[in-house]
Amino acid sequence: MNPRITLATAGRILHQLRNDRRTIALLLLVPCVLIGLLAWVFADAPGGVFNLIGASLLGVFPFVIMFIVTSVSTLRERTSGTLERLLTTPLGKADLMLGYAVAFGLVAIVQSLVATGFAVWVCGLDIAGPVWMLTVVALFDAVLGTALGLLASGFARTEFQAVQFMPAFVLPQFLLCGLLVPRAHMPSVLSTISDWLPLSYAVDAMKNVTGSATPTIGKELLVMGAWIVISLALGSLTLRRRTP
Amino acid sequence: MMNKDQGRDAAGAPAQGSAGRDSIVVEHLQVNRGGRVVLPDLSVTIPAGQVVGILGPSGGGKSTLMRAIVGVQIVAGGTVRVLGEPAGSPALRRRVGYQTQAPSVYADLSVRANIAYFARVLGVERAAVDRAIEEVDLADHADALVANLSGGQRSRASLACTLVGDPEVLVLDEPTVGLDPVLRRDLWGLFRRQAEQGRTVLVSSHVMDEAVRCDRLILVREGRVLSDSTLPELLDRTGTADAEAAFLALIDAAEAAA
Ligand SMILES: Nc1ncnc2c1ncn2[C@@H]1O[C@H](COP(=O)(O)OP(=O)(O)OP(=O)(O)O)[C@@H](O)[C@H]1O
Ligand SMILES: [Mg+2]
Repeated sequence: MNPRITLATAGRILHQLRNDRRTIALLLLVPCVLIGLLAWVFADAPGGVFNLIGASLLGVFPFVIMFIVTSVSTLRERTSGTLERLLTTPLGKADLMLGYAVAFGLVAIVQSLVATGFAVWVCGLDIAGPVWMLTVVALFDAVLGTALGLLASGFARTEFQAVQFMPAFVLPQFLLCGLLVPRAHMPSVLSTISDWLPLSYAVDAMKNVTGSATPTIGKELLVMGAWIVISLALGSLTLRRRTP
Repeated sequence: MMNKDQGRDAAGAPAQGSAGRDSIVVEHLQVNRGGRVVLPDLSVTIPAGQVVGILGPSGGGKSTLMRAIVGVQIVAGGTVRVLGEPAGSPALRRRVGYQTQAPSVYADLSVRANIAYFARVLGVERAAVDRAIEEVDLADHADALVANLSGGQRSRASLACTLVGDPEVLVLDEPTVGLDPVLRRDLWGLFRRQAEQGRTVLVSSHVMDEAVRCDRLILVREGRVLSDSTLPELLDRTGTADAEAAFLALIDAAEAAA
């Protein structure tokens, strides 16, 4: 690993994104539109529902969006031959993985600031804890999505497969993360499974920050961090210098 | 240029000058791809300081051999050494430049941004970027997105990403495909200058008339080396007038022997 190459790679990925204005607009607007829609749906519902679900949703966006963006862009890197070329250069696998993590982590920070700002000031979401903590959780969340996306793209041979990995990897976690039914109220098998899934911790952390003036999110960040490290390590195994 | 190599005798003793050093040594290379034996048992030696062409029909194994030389191909047997090191070893990654057959550049970046990225990965100074753009004659399109370039321009952008690192060994897979005669002449001139500076230049092509540009020709068909010599030697041996006729004569001879 080499910091110069890692940063060059992160810079290149951001540069590619910068040349694609529509994707940037989608990255920033879609979360706001969904949060706005959610607030509207619950506008006449008895108090507090939007506050609970809105916070959880802030934990789901960075994960889902970065998962898709990363798995598609790394697959493109494989099919266009740029990965093969890069692996003949001094670039290390860690440089590529961390380059993606840094680039999409930065995007996630911006995305989460915009989405949180919209949720708080426009939709009236109550956040009891400090806003910077939301950003930290969003950052972990996004890097987690990036790491799992890198891993998933290693198993995809075509764009169609890569897109299918979204429902396969993400939707089960979405169902089990406590957004629809609190995790404690699920059948015990499911709640045990959900205790192992990273998105559950992202949503828990978001709920803690919105629900308490002095939130504790150490355990949640630790679990997410472990998932990030493991997925990046497994993902780097799918990057082979030599191919058939 | 050509007569420089005629000092090479039948036993393969090296010619004079910078061509003395064997830069790439492939011994008994076996490669299987997609359940088929693509290279059954290929041995070849490529000297530094010459432009060496790998020619042969489509599907003959040119790209596979090049992939083995740059160390991205899983091989089933044999050895490949480049500059004395096993192919693909970390020490070689700065010294060997590879251009894949399909242009491998980022379509959503400009030509300059692509080259600048590879320059940073390879750790070369920024001035090398403009030099590489000049070398492939893309100065007019330096700031255009690769997605908006023609096929030949894309392939040159891809070549520039290889040249920018100023590698000692250039492995170029069909770099002149689809280019006009003027550009082809310029690029072959560039390859020649690189070779004259003592670098190793290995270029594949399936256009036989590019044979006259090479100091040395390796004809590959069905994973085997049909011939490895200079063009005059090849024409002499087969009694033909051009590379294409020589190649056909060799195939006929091989089939008659089989
Ligand atoms: N990705 C792959 N997977 C499986 N087999 C492959 C793959 N690429 C090439 N082959 C097989 O390997 C053989 C040699 O292919 P190679 O690409 O080395 O030929 P080539 O001489 O470079 O041809 P061309 O002039 O068309 O580029 C072919 O028979 C081809 O079917
Ligand atoms: Mg080929």
